[in-house]
Amino acid sequence: MVVTQLSTRPRHGGGHSAPRSGEPRIRIRDVTLAYGPLQIIGGISLDIASGETISVIGPSGCGKTTLLRMLAGLARPTSGGVELDGSVLGGPNRSVAIVFQDYGKALLPWRTAAGNVSLALEARGCPAKERPAIVRDLLEKIGLGQHAAKYPREMSGGMQQRLQIARCLAQEPKVLLMDEPFGALDAMTRQALQDEVLGLVATTGATMVFVTHDLEEAIYLGDRIVCLQPNPGRVGRIVDVSLARPRDQLLTREDPEFLRLRRELYDLIKDDHQ
Amino acid sequence: MSAARVLKNGGRAAALPVALIVLAQVAATVTQLESDSLASPADIAMAFVSVMGDGTLLKATADTLKAAAAGCLLGVGAGSLLGIVLGLFRIADDALDLTIELLRPVPVVALIPVVMMLLGFGAEMEIVIIALGMLWPSVVLARAAVKEVEPRLMEVSNVLQLGFAARVWKIVLPAILPQLFMSLKLAAGYALVVAVTVEITANPLGLGYGIMMAQQALRPAEMFAYLIWIGAVGWLISVLLNAAQRTFFPAFVNGEGR
Repeated sequence: MVVTQLSTRPRHGGGHSAPRSGEPRIRIRDVTLAYGPLQIIGGISLDIASGETISVIGPSGCGKTTLLRMLAGLARPTSGGVELDGSVLGGPNRSVAIVFQDYGKALLPWRTAAGNVSLALEARGCPAKERPAIVRDLLEKIGLGQHAAKYPREMSGGMQQRLQIARCLAQEPKVLLMDEPFGALDAMTRQALQDEVLGLVATTGATMVFVTHDLEEAIYLGDRIVCLQPNPGRVGRIVDVSLARPRDQLLTREDPEFLRLRRELYDLIKDDHQ
Repeated sequence: MSAARVLKNGGRAAALPVALIVLAQVAATVTQLESDSLASPADIAMAFVSVMGDGTLLKATADTLKAAAAGCLLGVGAGSLLGIVLGLFRIADDALDLTIELLRPVPVVALIPVVMMLLGFGAEMEIVIIALGMLWPSVVLARAAVKEVEPRLMEVSNVLQLGFAARVWKIVLPAILPQLFMSLKLAAGYALVVAVTVEITANPLGLGYGIMMAQQALRPAEMFAYLIWIGAVGWLISVLLNAAQRTFFPAFVNGEGR
């Protein structure tokens, strides 16, 4: 069992208000998860600071998604626990939003784009009179301003994923969890969404945990990259990303540091596969 | 579809029935049919005009349709409600599953004597029997529909911490609405069958009673007029419900998921 305890560190460039310095937004305390004799997660500990963006990578079967589901309160650890702002997370919590990869299944097909965003507002008891303005604002922000009346089936994959992100933002989350959200999208859409998500995270000050199998995406988005190892899932390495923010699709990706990190991570992942 | 296309397709579909009617009329004319059990199409048409003209057919149709509609709505409503509860609560499903499986195979017509003993003759008895006939299929369909609601949507409602009522009202019910309508559509056709059966075997009202009376009075033309009319009414109901389904649940009809 590998236990990695890390000090928190602030986000690069324009970090947002942490509740108290020293107290992490999320504290993962030695969580394990087993289905019967099958150990999925074998002891992960990690502190995530407020406003920080963590990328999680690792080979398939390393428990990336399971870890994220535990942070969302959708999976219960067998032992250990997850704390949000110092209190134990006992189940799903509206201030922790999760963007699923399969946007097609996560949206309500019988509601329009506006209706889907509104669901999150209804859930947190936002008065009916205030909802339309908030919905319009969020859709505008995510680039769906012209599509408020469309149903999900009338939208492209990229638009549907934007819509899911808008609904998550409507929760006004402190923590935004992303489970390979752009894995099914084409490269151009993916890059556009990466930048939009970075912008949104910077303006809302949300803490983000981003699961991906794309090494470059992990580097581009993250302040730190957590590399998980399989059988059972545990932290292999944690890599700091010291690239400047705001990041740029061309400049950041040409930065020698970016290339160095890519090589380092590539070697790490390759070793895991052997 | 263009009007010409509709006419062409309609013409093709109507060819066989028209040919059969013509053939029957020719056969009846050639053999100079005089029968207590058969009638020529012309006689049937005259009998139809007669029962339609004096209002008996319309009155009987209204009686049958009222009972079928009331029984259908009652049975599908109650059945769907129970099915939703069973789909939502595992514990209720476990508790009632065996009971339902034991009651379900009882043919609904076997309930006619029982319900008649309790309620006597009349529309009420007929409605109750129809409702009982629709009950179990509706339970099973609604329960299956609830269990098949996209699990991801249930996770979304978990993450949003929706309360139980909001979850049922905003997620489960809209998700299963197409299946509930499908359930109603299937039940409507079946309800007419049960209604006419009850009227033929027991209840002195409606289309079933009309066909029965015509037979006992040895008026085959009138009997066939009733029979063809019952078929036409059933066909019309199914056409209307199919059109409604296409209008309200186009994605479901086209098999594009919910």
